[in-house]
Amino acid sequence: MEWIEKHPDVSPRLTDYDAECSNLNWPDALARWGAGENQPFNMAVAAVDRHVAEGLAERPALRIIDRDGGDRSLTYGALQAQTARFAGALGSAGVGVGDRVMAVLGPVPEVHVAVLGTVRAGAVFGGLFSAFGPDLLAQRLRLAEARVLVTTTAVYERKIAPIRDRLPSLRDIWLVDGLPENPPPGLRRLADVLAEAPYAEPAATRAESPALLHFTSGTTGEPKALIHAHRAAVAHALTGRWALDLGPEDCFWCTADPGWVTGISYGVFAPLLNGATALVDARDFDPDHWLENLRDRAVNVWYTSPTALRMLRRAVAEAPALPALRHIASVGEPLDSETVEWGLRAFGQPVHDTYWQSETGAIVIANLPVRAIKPGAMGLPVPGCIPAIVTPGDPDSPVTDGAVGELAIRGDWPALFRDCPNRPDYRARVTRSGWYLTGDLARRDADGYFWFVGRGDDMIKTAGHMVGPFEVEAALMAHPRVSEAGVVGAPDPVAGEVVWAFVVPTGEGEADETLRRDILAHARRRLGPAAAPRVILFRRRLPHTRSGKILRRRLRRLASRISGRQSGVKA
Amino acid sequence: MTVDNDTLDEAVTAALEEVAPDVDVSSLDPHRNLRDQVELDSVDFLNFVTALERRLDLRIPEGDYPKLSSLEGCRRYLAA
Repeated sequence: MEWIEKHPDVSPRLTDYDAECSNLNWPDALARWGAGENQPFNMAVAAVDRHVAEGLAERPALRIIDRDGGDRSLTYGALQAQTARFAGALGSAGVGVGDRVMAVLGPVPEVHVAVLGTVRAGAVFGGLFSAFGPDLLAQRLRLAEARVLVTTTAVYERKIAPIRDRLPSLRDIWLVDGLPENPPPGLRRLADVLAEAPYAEPAATRAESPALLHFTSGTTGEPKALIHAHRAAVAHALTGRWALDLGPEDCFWCTADPGWVTGISYGVFAPLLNGATALVDARDFDPDHWLENLRDRAVNVWYTSPTALRMLRRAVAEAPALPALRHIASVGEPLDSETVEWGLRAFGQPVHDTYWQSETGAIVIANLPVRAIKPGAMGLPVPGCIPAIVTPGDPDSPVTDGAVGELAIRGDWPALFRDCPNRPDYRARVTRSGWYLTGDLARRDADGYFWFVGRGDDMIKTAGHMVGPFEVEAALMAHPRVSEAGVVGAPDPVAGEVVWAFVVPTGEGEADETLRRDILAHARRRLGPAAAPRVILFRRRLPHTRSGKILRRRLRRLASRISGRQSGVKA
Repeated sequence: MTVDNDTLDEAVTAALEEVAPDVDVSSLDPHRNLRDQVELDSVDFLNFVTALERRLDLRIPEGDYPKLSSLEGCRRYLAA
């Protein structure tokens, strides 16, 4: 497909890309936000209190759609009051600077209150995906040394109560809805906690103080807890403006779940830092609701994922007129050119792919509103990030344009993770000679656009999030009838990739449909639908390297062949 | 459609168990949204509809998917 030129009527907030790239200097940009080295800086204050101090207390910060369709707004002033109470509640509970507060919640306004209240108090906030099963939640809560958990009654009863004895550091659990009968010590309703909490002034954090924790799955071993500093807010604000065209009074809808980094960096921080209104829709995906949000709630900027767009594409040939909608962007997995073309037909405007990772903390490459789009490409570097394609693992050996190599990024942008407490060597391993090595394979074309090629490791990108094969294999092998499991991603027309498991059965009895379902049920109960395999295939043996490791590359080819042959066959 | 109600119920149950064998279908409230009661994500839901289509040999337009969000909704929609 041809380039999609910027429409002449569109006038993006970033007008001179080349000038911004050559002028941007992070120490100066940080200093302008009061987030220079060692400066006192709190990202919740930058996102909320600053606007209130500027007389904008009445501006809506959140537009909230409840599960029953109820529609209300929360102003910047009200959000400030609630976050100050949340911070006060943490203080009353004895939560100190650097302590971890985790949430297992879908897209509800309590996420905004919890994350902003936590970082206001100087504690560290982490979101976990509510579609994770108890195994994945227990491991992450343990690694995070979670002190407080904010969640729903259903998640608590189904997934937290059974694992609570494995979480000694977890002392307080606050539920956003009801309370079960005879609640154990430490279990309270969030509303009750907030009602009696004092108003807390922001903690004296510095720009480098830890603020956010995001887990990222690894190919082997346990997931990595990545810590981001308060100063990351400056990257959230500026990339929100450059790549998403966000500005004051925009209505912005980020459809990512707050259990993932996008739901926090861009679901919570980018819109508030830019003085916009964030739409928060607690309902499950429904094409009619989505179009209704875009039209009736006058969304100006919409940040979504290729999987969501492809699901919408199955249901919608042509969207209604959406006069308010100015910019559409996507993240999570490569955006295929067919979906870009469909977007152009359905919405009369293209979808702009953006690229970043949990590690980078903010968008680093994007199809920017100010530049032409190359459908299928990740886009151009955002100002202040200098990507290059290098020999894998060696940033000092760049490869030529057009050749595939590892994507490395130079630049001291403030959102790069600062450390990884459970893998202290990780930051040193992925940063070399001033470069951050992404682990992603990509190429750059002669026009300077970057193209995603694949992961350099065995990670699976499914429905916009990463699944580590090791965790899935470990859960499968805990089933008494599984002697070995190899887990890979297979291509899927909607989710990009889906998780497939090749399983070697053991023990008495047939390896039949009953066993397959039993193993699938076991995996889903432990891992939840987000990470459990969608397809399980029995094999007598799995391919191995000479050192005994599973050859996932060969399983991937096999899965891809089978899924191509029997497209439509699902678990 | 000439399918009787029992056949429909069986097909719905079988399709759900095929996608999410961890779900105890008999424990579900047929009037409540499925996804409020059990762990199903949007890819599961698509696979559930695909399995229903295959089992009943019919095609369900995407715009009708929300009507399938509860067991009772499935019954009503598929019987119509």
